[in-house]
Amino acid sequence: MQKKRWIECLLLVGLIILGGWAYQTRQINKANMTITAVGSTALQPLVEAAGEDYATHHLGTFINVQGGGSGTGLSQVQEGAVDIGNADVFAEEQKGIKVGRLQDHRVAVVGITPIVNRSTGVNHLTTNQLIKIFTGQVHNWAQVGGRDQKIVILNRAQGSGTRTTFERFGLKNHRSIAAQEQDSSGMVRQIVATTPGSISYVGFSYVDKTVQAIRLNGVEPTNQNVADNSWPIWSYEHMYTGLKPQPLAQKFIKYVQSKEIQNSLVRRLGYISMADMKVTRDGQGRVQEVEASHE
Amino acid sequence: MNNKLQKQLLKRSKAAKLERLGKTVSFLALMLITVTVFAIIIFVASKGLSTFFSNHVNVIDFLTGKDWNPNVTNSKGQPEVGVLPMISGSFVVTVLSAILATPFAIGTAIFMTEISPHRGAKILQPVIELLVGIPSVVYGFIGLTVVVPAVRSIFGGSGFGILAGTFVLFVMILPTVTSMSVDALRSVPRYYREAALALGATQWQTIYKVVLRAATPGMLTAIVFGMARAFGEALAVQMVIGNAALLPHSLVSPASTLTSVLTTGIGNTVMGSLQNNALWSLALVLLVMSLIFNLVIRLIGRKGAMSK
Repeated sequence: MQKKRWIECLLLVGLIILGGWAYQTRQINKANMTITAVGSTALQPLVEAAGEDYATHHLGTFINVQGGGSGTGLSQVQEGAVDIGNADVFAEEQKGIKVGRLQDHRVAVVGITPIVNRSTGVNHLTTNQLIKIFTGQVHNWAQVGGRDQKIVILNRAQGSGTRTTFERFGLKNHRSIAAQEQDSSGMVRQIVATTPGSISYVGFSYVDKTVQAIRLNGVEPTNQNVADNSWPIWSYEHMYTGLKPQPLAQKFIKYVQSKEIQNSLVRRLGYISMADMKVTRDGQGRVQEVEASHE
Repeated sequence: MNNKLQKQLLKRSKAAKLERLGKTVSFLALMLITVTVFAIIIFVASKGLSTFFSNHVNVIDFLTGKDWNPNVTNSKGQPEVGVLPMISGSFVVTVLSAILATPFAIGTAIFMTEISPHRGAKILQPVIELLVGIPSVVYGFIGLTVVVPAVRSIFGGSGFGILAGTFVLFVMILPTVTSMSVDALRSVPRYYREAALALGATQWQTIYKVVLRAATPGMLTAIVFGMARAFGEALAVQMVIGNAALLPHSLVSPASTLTSVLTTGIGNTVMGSLQNNALWSLALVLLVMSLIFNLVIRLIGRKGAMSK
């Protein structure tokens, strides 16, 4: 009996301590020192790394970063559930988003390249051939200058930012036929690397020597070619906020856009810095040259 | 003195108090679970039905359509949300894996209960428990790196498809079906076996004509249970089936299941949009199917009980 009492007392004390601790942390949260960014998995590594950096320089702040996909990010920020919504696509490209309620902040650029399995014997294609492959008019690699092997198409999931961008700028708005779908770029690379005859597309940072990147119309998929738009398949990485963002969210986005981050973290993680871009593109796909000085 | 005793007897004893406390706690737990289950059903149903009520998709078109392109509207101005490929994909992998797993499961169960109960319990029991404990992502990864290339080199195609999904699910539901079959065989009364042996039946005759017959309802429950698990499995299947929303026309062509489309698609849609609602409708179909599986299990159980 006596022992039981002791345990009860201990439990009670523990609960009180926990409650006190929760109260303490709640105080910090109330001071708006924590923000949450949710969305695109393609942008997640950059925001995470930048968030950690920011938190070490500004004690007491915390940037909570989660994945979930571009659609999730946009809808959550539209509902006001999170402070920042990360997306690979313009808000106007995503169905069900009210563009007027969101503020766009572009923080980086990502180039997307078709990749094929090394056994196909193909390393260059024209846009026309690419369209024919993804719309199912060509079934064999021999028809586009490769070995006699069946073409296996691998798509990202419907509504994925990478797929939207690829179909828009790589396939010139043609829709890919129904084919295999995977929900992450890492998975796509792994499957393309191991499946003979397979073709798919990933961001530049995912390309390694296990897969063959494609030269499109004679243009190499490199950051320099993206910068002047001679490689057309690229997209902005957006951090969307509401019209009246939290001060910390505003500061954090400014920090990600700052020269310091753009020149270090952005490049190191395989993104293309906004400062390097010689062109801009809007939600309708209109491309414009950038004047000498950058915003 | 008498009064005191009366008071003591009429007062609620410590044991009675404790009993009441226990009853309240367990009742509260039950209530919590019931409320949760109903909340989930209502939530999924309201989300899933809004495809039909607020987006005005025809239910028949939805269930029999062959094209899954929620971003695109077809010639009739209706969004292309046909779930037949996913429903058929789900059913085919489920049924095939159950067919494949059943003989192995029953064989193992017979070995464990009838032929070698001691060794069976010592070696096979831990092995089966181990199989249950392996997380599904591990199965999926093994499927991706071992099963898919094997299927590709033996049966052709890209390797991704129903066959690979079937093999992975076979291993996943095997322990479930086996352990439930073991329970079913163990619950056959001992005197059944004794009577059969006394009449001069061999061990095989006893197993085949008496024990298996008596345990049939239990084994059917085991199989349906395994099917329910296979039907709801998402991750491992998604990794090996290819996720192509196409009607499966061969066992090695990529296909998709309800769960695989749900997991790949949900992050790329916006709450409240048609694309999102259509996925909730898939979840609703999945929920209804698992309820049906539950009903079937109950039905079999009741029938078995009556014939005894």
